[in-house]
Amino acid sequence: MNKENGVIYRISGPVVTATGITPRMYEVVRVGNEGLMGEVIELHGDQSVIQVYEETSGIKPGEPVIRTGQTLSVQLGPGLLTQIYDGIQRPLPKLEETMGVFITRGVDADGLDLEKEWEFAPTVKKGDEVVPGQVIGTVQETETIEHRVMVPPGKEGTVKSIESGSFNITQTICKLEDDSEIAMMQEWPVRHPRPFRQKYAPDVPLITGQRILDFLFPLAKGGTAGIPGPFGSGKTVTQQQLAKWSDAQIVVYIGCGERGNEMTEVLDEFPHLIDPNTNKPLMNRTVMIANTSNMPVAAREASVYTGVTIAEYFRDMGYNVALMADSTSRWAEAMREISSRLEEMPGEEGYPAYLSSRLAEFYERAGRVETLSGEDGSVSVIGAVSPPGGDISEPVSQGTLRIVKVFWGLDAGLARQRHFPAISWLSSYSLYPQALDQWYRDNIANDFPEVRTEISTLLQVEAELQEIVQLVGSDALPIDQQLTLEVARMIREFFLQQNAFHDVDTFSDLKLQYEMARAILRFQEEGKKAIAGGAQLEEVVNVPARTDLMRGRFEKGYDDRIDGLVSDMEKQIAASMEDN
Amino acid sequence: MSGKEYRTITDVKGPLVFLNKTEPVSYNEIVQLRLSDGSIKNGQVLDTSDDQVIVQVFEGTASVDRQTGVKFLGDVFKLPVSKGLIGRILDGAGRPRDGGPEIVADDMADIIGAAINPYSRQSPEAFIQTGISAIDACTSLVRGQKLPIFSASGLPHNDIALQIARQAKLVDSDDDFVVVFCAMGITAEEYNFFVHDLERTGALENAALFVNLADDPAVERLITPRLALTAAEYLAFEHDYHVLVIYTDMTNYCESLRQIGAAREEVPGRRGYPGYMYTDLAMLYERAGLVKGKKGSITQFPILTMPGDDITHPIPDLSGYITEGQIVISRELHQKGIYPPINVLPSLSRLMNAGIGPGKTREDHKSVSDQLYAAYAQGKELRGLVAIVGEDALNERDLQLLKFADIFEDQFLRQSRDEDRSIDEGTLDLAWSLLSNIDTRFLVRLDQKWIDKYHPDESKGEEE
Ligand SMILES: Nc1ncnc2c1ncn2[C@@H]1O[C@H](COP(=O)(O)OP(=O)(O)OP(=O)(O)O)[C@@H](O)[C@H]1O
Ligand SMILES: [Mg+2]
Repeated sequence: MNKENGVIYRISGPVVTATGITPRMYEVVRVGNEGLMGEVIELHGDQSVIQVYEETSGIKPGEPVIRTGQTLSVQLGPGLLTQIYDGIQRPLPKLEETMGVFITRGVDADGLDLEKEWEFAPTVKKGDEVVPGQVIGTVQETETIEHRVMVPPGKEGTVKSIESGSFNITQTICKLEDDSEIAMMQEWPVRHPRPFRQKYAPDVPLITGQRILDFLFPLAKGGTAGIPGPFGSGKTVTQQQLAKWSDAQIVVYIGCGERGNEMTEVLDEFPHLIDPNTNKPLMNRTVMIANTSNMPVAAREASVYTGVTIAEYFRDMGYNVALMADSTSRWAEAMREISSRLEEMPGEEGYPAYLSSRLAEFYERAGRVETLSGEDGSVSVIGAVSPPGGDISEPVSQGTLRIVKVFWGLDAGLARQRHFPAISWLSSYSLYPQALDQWYRDNIANDFPEVRTEISTLLQVEAELQEIVQLVGSDALPIDQQLTLEVARMIREFFLQQNAFHDVDTFSDLKLQYEMARAILRFQEEGKKAIAGGAQLEEVVNVPARTDLMRGRFEKGYDDRIDGLVSDMEKQIAASMEDN
Repeated sequence: MSGKEYRTITDVKGPLVFLNKTEPVSYNEIVQLRLSDGSIKNGQVLDTSDDQVIVQVFEGTASVDRQTGVKFLGDVFKLPVSKGLIGRILDGAGRPRDGGPEIVADDMADIIGAAINPYSRQSPEAFIQTGISAIDACTSLVRGQKLPIFSASGLPHNDIALQIARQAKLVDSDDDFVVVFCAMGITAEEYNFFVHDLERTGALENAALFVNLADDPAVERLITPRLALTAAEYLAFEHDYHVLVIYTDMTNYCESLRQIGAAREEVPGRRGYPGYMYTDLAMLYERAGLVKGKKGSITQFPILTMPGDDITHPIPDLSGYITEGQIVISRELHQKGIYPPINVLPSLSRLMNAGIGPGKTREDHKSVSDQLYAAYAQGKELRGLVAIVGEDALNERDLQLLKFADIFEDQFLRQSRDEDRSIDEGTLDLAWSLLSNIDTRFLVRLDQKWIDKYHPDESKGEEE
């Protein structure tokens, strides 16, 4: 195989055509005198078409192309967490060491540190039968995460010997009777989903601490969500909020064709942010992939697969993993660029005809599964979408909406009013509530689903009333409808608005969210009574305790005080009736 | 190898030349064309194979024929860099335009520019005072940011850019900026305006100019900003300068990009612009920032004119998706005679939070900014309502907000072209005095502690 002498025939941007080799599809090849990494993406007569993961300036026809026999794979094992990679799993700190602050080319780097030793503690013993995916031992990878070393898919048998102690990730730690060897590291081709036993329907929410998401449009662990929105509407802030506060055990954050500074921000912030679930820095559970907008597009295309493969690997250990991809539109554009260089027949808006199937395949890698070893694990996938001009009738938005179960629609108008998160409560949806309702009843409050329905109904009613107000002004409405408008306003300003940059407001526990929603309904109920008893709307709205209740959410310890604040409000509203 | 001259042109299409059978030519290699009259044109390889090479000719293909000699120069495009770039005016391809000598190179820098390793970046957080209240208070700029001006034809974006270039400084630091100015397809008149202003204020000596004018080759525009940014990177990261890059007009740049795409018969994206325009623009805009271990920085002010004043047009749209906010110039304000006509409502600085507050600008900055924004937004909205129902229908609060919108435009936004307002006394104190036209009970975005401390009219607040 390696005796073949391939040469470059043609170079057009990131796409190189070679002759003289007969590789397999998706095989990794080395291109040119500098041995740039590339992947075969089309076979065409005696020509092999290769997408190259590094800049191709200065490369000439006639330079060599060498097969590796491998497909594009990632290295999986201890050392993934806290790391930041480019789209093809080269650790960025390693690249800095060898290249300096600018990313040049021709440098290979292992995804994992092959030298570093980890303390391995076996969980099986000689004579045990092990199956693919079974955990054979553990490593404390970070303060909070135990890395579970698994039998790679495809291997099984009786344990002949197993070690304990310090090893690097390529050393054999376990031998099977058939003399096959297992090390802590395994490799997996990124374009193939990792195997599992079966998929389950998700029935536990992924709690994000973001009120509008958790309460109105929840995502399930193992579910899929899309966030389309024009520039500056809050896609990245929302994704970062999820990366920070969602109750996943592992977070994989893919910066796909977006800004360098946004990745720096995560790197700066996460080591200092404390995970409310573990009280340890969030960085401990995070893996980052950063292939920014100005890094090679072919590696951008690959970055999404690199990320989801790492996510599946942690899922296979029995963890709940959340993966964010910001932005899937840039990934789709990378496909479009490569496709147009291949002179493929374009589909809609120049995107390749296979765009929607690629999107579907990607989101299909989400899910709650029974792993090969019988554990319960999940990958939740949240993709940002950046539609041109904010118009979601375009192919990437439409392709995404056909697949995902949750749609968080960002609204330019809300962002302009500085209503954040600018998620439209009228156009967004989630298909999960039904599956999750039992969980809410059991874990939060028995009437949780009903409270949610009341809140969203009020918002719908408000939208209808607003149409009338536009025509005649709010004073023309009957007083009970004016109260409804005030209640809806309270939902928007007190509940839906949430400042990501405020120390306290940035995260609301689900129980507290429920209390806040109930407080709004209490206001409505007491307000109705008071007005029926002759109180003025203005008085009801302006009782000082309501202001305290609303402002209070910015202060620590609100969970403990909210009950008292609500009963003060009720008393004052009742009193406003007696004054009259 | 750079010796041989080929006369194997088969096709010429728009700015592209197609050649048969040459020596192996590298991708992006630079090319020289010698026409039959002896004149020289320059180009760059866009596609290369054993059988055919496609060259994009910067000066356009007028007079090129099958006899034209083509020489491959064996290297990619490089700019000679040195500190001597400061104070010089170069043309759009990097040749002296000021009659001065060639640049004596300390180094030859590849103009494509490598991506900054995201791990090696440093977060921008040093506030830049521009002296323009609208920007400093509402869309604060920080060092290392890329903040475009979204304008349209006939609006004074150039005056604003120049005013920023003149006045930009860090509070509490005497580090100065050097300006790298990049003109792409602007008129000679606009260009003279820039140069005269830079000359008048002495800034020219501290600037490097790369100039491609409207009657210069359109395709050359594709390399002009790359030259400018290469110079900026060299000055910032080799010589610790804080560089302010102003480039204008991105719209002309994008037109040239579209022209090449069309000539190559590529499948176009929206409105005929190439599908890779996002990536191409990112390769420019992302060359802003700060890196670990280097003192210098690159701050970018790209100027673009929105075709048809349409912010959803691909040029502003794709720019907005890459940059860290935008400053939007409003025709309506301009027509009201307000300079600078910055509409703060659609404007945004995404790095503002990192750059303001105690120790950076002032403790009340965020509150004041939120309050100005909210009051102006509401006041402006009320104008629409008043047009329908009349002022009589408004309550006290609404009347105050309505009046505030006018005051805000007239006194806060409006300032003269050489008025350099400091952030504290000049801008924030002014904001407080204007906000005092509204009863404090309506100023819900202001924390009580800032009202106590900064409200100019405490007694009025207490009476109520
Ligand atoms: N939840 C929030 N709380 C407070 N501010 C927010 C919130 N969401 C968004 N913002 C504001 O909106 C700005 C833009 O948000 P963000 O960067 O997430 O937009 P985006 O949709 O990712 O844009 P792009 O497509 O250009 O990347 C932020 O810089 C911030 O000022
Ligand atoms: Mg974003």
